[in-house]
Amino acid sequence: MLVAKPLVFLACLVPFMQLAHGAFVGDLGANPLELVTNVTGLWGLRFLLLTLAISPLRRVSGWNWLQRFRRMLGLFVFFYISLHFLTWVWLDQQLDWSKIAADIVKRPYVTLGFTAWLLLVPLAATSTRGMMRRLGRRWQRLHRLVYVAGVLGVLHFIWLVKADLLQPLIYASLLLILLAVRWRPHLLGRLAWSGRTINAR
Amino acid sequence: MLIKKPADIMPSDITDPGVYARRREFLKAAAALGIGAVASGPAGALVKAAGQGTPIPGIIETRYGDGLEPTAFEYVTGYNNFYEFGTDKGDPAEHAHTLKTRPWHIVVDGECEAPGEIGIEDVLTDFPAEERIYRLRCVEAWAMVVPWVGFPLGDLLKRFKPTSKAQYVVFETLVDEEQMPGQRRAVLDWPYREGLRMDEAMHPLAILATGLYGELLPNQNGAPLRLVVPWKYGFKSIKSIVRISFTRTIPETTWWRRAPGEYGFYANVNPQVDHPRWSQASHRVIGEGLFSSKHPTLMFNGYAEQVADLYRGMDLKKFF
Repeated sequence: MLVAKPLVFLACLVPFMQLAHGAFVGDLGANPLELVTNVTGLWGLRFLLLTLAISPLRRVSGWNWLQRFRRMLGLFVFFYISLHFLTWVWLDQQLDWSKIAADIVKRPYVTLGFTAWLLLVPLAATSTRGMMRRLGRRWQRLHRLVYVAGVLGVLHFIWLVKADLLQPLIYASLLLILLAVRWRPHLLGRLAWSGRTINAR
Repeated sequence: MLIKKPADIMPSDITDPGVYARRREFLKAAAALGIGAVASGPAGALVKAAGQGTPIPGIIETRYGDGLEPTAFEYVTGYNNFYEFGTDKGDPAEHAHTLKTRPWHIVVDGECEAPGEIGIEDVLTDFPAEERIYRLRCVEAWAMVVPWVGFPLGDLLKRFKPTSKAQYVVFETLVDEEQMPGQRRAVLDWPYREGLRMDEAMHPLAILATGLYGELLPNQNGAPLRLVVPWKYGFKSIKSIVRISFTRTIPETTWWRRAPGEYGFYANVNPQVDHPRWSQASHRVIGEGLFSSKHPTLMFNGYAEQVADLYRGMDLKKFF
């Protein structure tokens, strides 16, 4: 278990390392900006779904050790979405702040994406044990923002696609399932979603 | 200083490989024209053949594209929007091998005196192939430069004698799920359909392409015959054409019908009219690095001088 965390950490870094390597040797394909934007956005969304999957999975399987990875996965959501945002601000918009502001206001999919990233900022900032303790019950309420960020992220994805909605709709369905089992715990079956006593069988 | 001995220098080191490979034809042509000195003949400016496919013989050099640097062959043939083979840019290069381009016939019908059919072999022999190096601007705000090989669209259309009732010309792509696996999903309303106003179609810049980089078109680029209209967004330049019809009324073209608020019938490259979801004022050039800056998009993709007259008096914000 001691090595598990560093290993998961390294695994989460793989998409980033691939991009960094590609950028370093100049091998990011025909449209590097598009590739970096897509890869960082997609991995941000994937990590968000993974983070949301931890609790239901734990409850179904009884694998309580999964809990130990949740904070790290959540922080990787912030890491990849921040890279995604930075790619847009820096490489795509080339730090033209008036254009950036105009786009955030004018283009709904940008508005959604930007808001989603904004919502992740306080979550990352309050991810430490100290902040958890200090905020107490409010911490949990604050961190429900991740659901909103997920919904906005998926809408952002749907909105920017030209014609083929298959991929964004797959992500939307997965998110919907993960949200549904929170509001309707019985959807997880008889296997207890019973609060404190977590017991698979 | 390192000076090579003459013996170390191969003739192919001095001459552009494409010209070098075609030197016999070239010498023959030069001889026929009575040109003695071969130092800077017309073939000197042809883009060198890619060496990947079937070379097209006797390509005529033109002035179209002077000063443009063609995008690398691997990007021109590896980064494509051709939804018939999948919606990812890499899908066409990966899946288009299933397309059979021989035999291939193009039906021409509608408002014309001589409707009929033409086989691709006849297209290749009847219409002299020219090199046209054009900018290609995609509606997705990226661009490349492609050294096309083709001939004026008008030359082929005239052969079928369109009548005065012919106001528009419509093109259709092949429909065949076996050959075009992307058509198994209704991502678009197949067949892909595109159209031009008659005067646009007869404009000398509008061509039908049979090749690029000196060779027959790779399947992923719309083999065996595709449209190229360089002053319009790329989606107008329909690929793998099987039918051409002359019509009286404006045709329902694929992307226009799919999202009329986002893609117009005209689809002229216009930096002043944004796509509802993104700006069209600038674009990225394929092949430039991650940190390169965007380029300002030019009116009519830089062909305003030649084509602006076609749209005189039209509100291009309305007819986008």
